[in-house]
Amino acid sequence: MSVFTAIDEDRELDEEDFTPGIEPQATWCPGCGDFGVLKALKGAMVELGRDPDETLLVTGIGCSGKLSSYFESYGFHSIHGRSLPVARAAKLANPGLEVVAAGGDGDGYGIGGNHFVHTARENHDMTYVVFNNEIFGLTKGQTSPTSPKGHKSKTQPHGSAKDPIRPLSLSLTGGASYIARTAAVNPNQAQEILVEAIEHDGFSHVDFLTQCPTWNKDAKQYVPYVDIQKNEEYEFDITDRREAGEAMYEAESALYDGTVLTGRFYHDETRPSYHEEKQSVGELPEQPLAEQYFDPDREWERSLELVENHT
Amino acid sequence: MTAQELVWRIAGGSGDGIDSTSQNFAKALLRSGLDVFTHRHYPSRIRGGHTYVEVRARPEPVRSRGDGYNFLLVLGDSFARNKREGTIYGDERVKPLTENLDELREGGVVVYDTGMLDEELVAATDLEERAEANDWHVYPVDLQAIAREHGRDVMRNTAGVGVTAALIEKDLDHFERLLEERMSGDVLEANRAVLRDAYEQAEAFEFGHDLRVPSGDHEEEQALLSGSHAIAYGALDEGCRFISGYPMTPWTEVFTLLSKHLPERGGIAEQVEDEIAAVAAAIGASHAGAKAMSGSSGGGFALMSEALGLAEITETPLVLVESMRAGPSTGMPTKPEQSDLDLVLYTSQGDSNRVVFAPSNTREAYEQTRDAFELAYEYHLPALVIYDQKLSGELRNVPVSFFDQEPSPGLPNTLTEDALDAEPTDGRFHRYRHEDEEASTGVSRRSIPGQRGGHYLASGNEHHPTGHLSEDPENRVAQVDRRAAKLDAIRERVDGGPASHQTYFGPETAEYGIVTWGSQQGTVREAVARLNEEGHSVRGVGVSDLAPFPVTEMTEFLESVESALVVEMSESAQFRGLVQRELGAYGDRLDSLLKYNGDPFEPREIAEAFRASVEDHEFDSSTTTFVPATSD
Ligand SMILES: Cc1ncc(C[n+]2csc(CCOP(=O)(O)OP(=O)(O)O)c2C)c(N)n1
Ligand code: SF4
Repeated sequence: MSVFTAIDEDRELDEEDFTPGIEPQATWCPGCGDFGVLKALKGAMVELGRDPDETLLVTGIGCSGKLSSYFESYGFHSIHGRSLPVARAAKLANPGLEVVAAGGDGDGYGIGGNHFVHTARENHDMTYVVFNNEIFGLTKGQTSPTSPKGHKSKTQPHGSAKDPIRPLSLSLTGGASYIARTAAVNPNQAQEILVEAIEHDGFSHVDFLTQCPTWNKDAKQYVPYVDIQKNEEYEFDITDRREAGEAMYEAESALYDGTVLTGRFYHDETRPSYHEEKQSVGELPEQPLAEQYFDPDREWERSLELVENHT
Repeated sequence: MTAQELVWRIAGGSGDGIDSTSQNFAKALLRSGLDVFTHRHYPSRIRGGHTYVEVRARPEPVRSRGDGYNFLLVLGDSFARNKREGTIYGDERVKPLTENLDELREGGVVVYDTGMLDEELVAATDLEERAEANDWHVYPVDLQAIAREHGRDVMRNTAGVGVTAALIEKDLDHFERLLEERMSGDVLEANRAVLRDAYEQAEAFEFGHDLRVPSGDHEEEQALLSGSHAIAYGALDEGCRFISGYPMTPWTEVFTLLSKHLPERGGIAEQVEDEIAAVAAAIGASHAGAKAMSGSSGGGFALMSEALGLAEITETPLVLVESMRAGPSTGMPTKPEQSDLDLVLYTSQGDSNRVVFAPSNTREAYEQTRDAFELAYEYHLPALVIYDQKLSGELRNVPVSFFDQEPSPGLPNTLTEDALDAEPTDGRFHRYRHEDEEASTGVSRRSIPGQRGGHYLASGNEHHPTGHLSEDPENRVAQVDRRAAKLDAIRERVDGGPASHQTYFGPETAEYGIVTWGSQQGTVREAVARLNEEGHSVRGVGVSDLAPFPVTEMTEFLESVESALVVEMSESAQFRGLVQRELGAYGDRLDSLLKYNGDPFEPREIAEAFRASVEDHEFDSSTTTFVPATSD
């Protein structure tokens, strides 16, 4: 007896399948970039033919973290900064799941920065979408790790003395094998990138520029963006770490000067995912763990066999 | 007079093989039919520093380290050496000898290695005087020379065991067989020669002592296991197949054991970046249908606080172990204490429900770990096992047949896809239903991500039955009440119910009581037996159910006695605080015996404090505490 019957591949899905019919209206502010992520994610799921029952969306805390409330699938709305360890362990326990984690820049690059680097390093086969609005939204407009230097907020009334974090470079250094940046104001590119990111076997990091009209009116996410894949000036080899690193560095520096560079920055299809690595050292079972418990015929080894070592 | 028991202490520098030698020695005595119990004392250093292990052996059950010891084997000095340069750090030349004498019993035996300890330096100590005053029998032997003659320096410990065997008049059979099991070829031959030579040399001494340990007889085959082994094995038998952790002494012992055995059994072990990731990963894996556990010691567990609440409100089954050591902060990494009790009981915000068990010995560690899994997975909440550095490392014999128990995998209260089909639905599965029949136990059945028709949102925010965020007052109250109802249902099972984990000892009608928890139970038990033999009327209870707390049982106990002594390893009397908080009264009947110097209690300390409390009425207020002289 199987716990998980195969998903019906021929099923016709549309965005409605990912829209919960019963919960209250989204509590995001009008004009919030988060709507753009939601729409792009639904579109990507439909395009990929994923089913809500085979998808696990794990979110952190923040306006961004509410994504799981407005998206129909298995969801886990965890705690601030901790979505990644929850998500990657769920994926290890059941590799058949399509696992997507999402959170904000405070959530993912601040409090969860350690998990971000390590999940990238291990190259878990999952997608991580970071809503980068350069501000703490839910707690009402404090400076975030991506806020520009000099940014004034209630907690940095004299202006931030810190350089913003470089999420793309950090991700590359960490070891992510797919890295892209897109923006809520560009729904088509956003969906394309999410499709690619989800399909990629390994850790995909999407830095998703989202506008926060309520707390961060100055953010550059409003200005026209440049799609680096469509502009010859920015030509580089996205499979080459060095070239990718240079492109990221440029994009990260330019962002605060008003040039928003989006697109794919790095794509390494050769690096084995953590699942493959772990399986190769004999540390990952073939069968999802949950299958084991539902299998009444399974022989369970007993500790009694180990106790012999102690006599 | 033949000794009633042997308490053998082997001392030296850490890294000298003290641990493995003592384990084998204990095993040999176990195989000769005795019951054994070990007590480890080591500094927080990798090499060098003074360390010892005690092995207590006798024909009757051994439940504690006992009072002092009667055989000291000083294996070396406690220097750390840099082999290449022969560098010596510190001045610890005779420390393993002098450091250990205070607790050597009258009539005891001392063996030291003259190859390692300078005779002149030894002569300069007060050993001779003290030996005379205490009737100690001192046997200097050049263990190093024996080792060198047949093999290498490191075989000094084999020589020490050979000498011990001769002095306690045990034949070499079991010792030799253990060597054969562990080694082969030239190494075996050399060790065997060392063992025999040392034995023969010691046999030739004129014995001034008598430490012939009575021989015993086990009715069935015994195994020698620590609390950490028992926790790991209990988890395996419950179908635990996911562990995540980050090293911290002494939790590391459970973590490494399962890191080895889980992958061999089709499970997953993950060393992650920190304890926050560890607990979050266990939650993620459990949510996805794996039986999962994590854990840590004090500081690491403190980091898990927030996620513990996440497991509680999302109703994700989770087993955590907390292996206490002396705190606060990094405190004393290798010394036991029971002062993380409040941390474990109350950490994490909000009204929250968790089960907490505190096993007192190897068997209980196995059983209560299994019970923790059972409750966590039946009721969808976190269940914690709290124990300490003492229990984590002490070896004790348990009949092998004890482990001949059926494994119990399976995910109770988890729906199959067919059952999910029959669930009422309006788009999403109502995971957090709070209507109707479920109210009695509070459990709402779950689905596993990936199952058809089962998707829902598990949220750390308060939520509707579907998991959607909700601040609706009526739903809030219903959800809080339902989660709390689980604990009431569990309380019925443990407090005087079929699954009570309390252990009582001594006459039921006793006048006085002694109350303790966790690893101190065996020691208290020994003290209670002794006090009753002396003519006192004492009954003891070792409490293992900490949450839900056995209010009925403890009320009955305290009402049956005139007063009770609460024994625990903490300065702030946290356990006594728990008892009083839960019972709301009886404070005037309680006295505290506290110890927090890094060493667990000895039975005599408890007996002494009891006598002071009862006979001398030294305690008459609810706040007086008695700290034995040894806890400086
Ligand atoms: C441990 C912890 N610290 C602080 C908070 C409060 N908090 C909630 S959301 C948030 C910041 C969110 O900012 P960001 O991740 O940028 O997300 P946004 O709201 O902008 O989408 C903070 C600090 C919390 N929930 N938990
Ligand atoms: S505060 Fe900002 S980030 Fe949050 S919902 Fe409003 S606009 Fe969006």
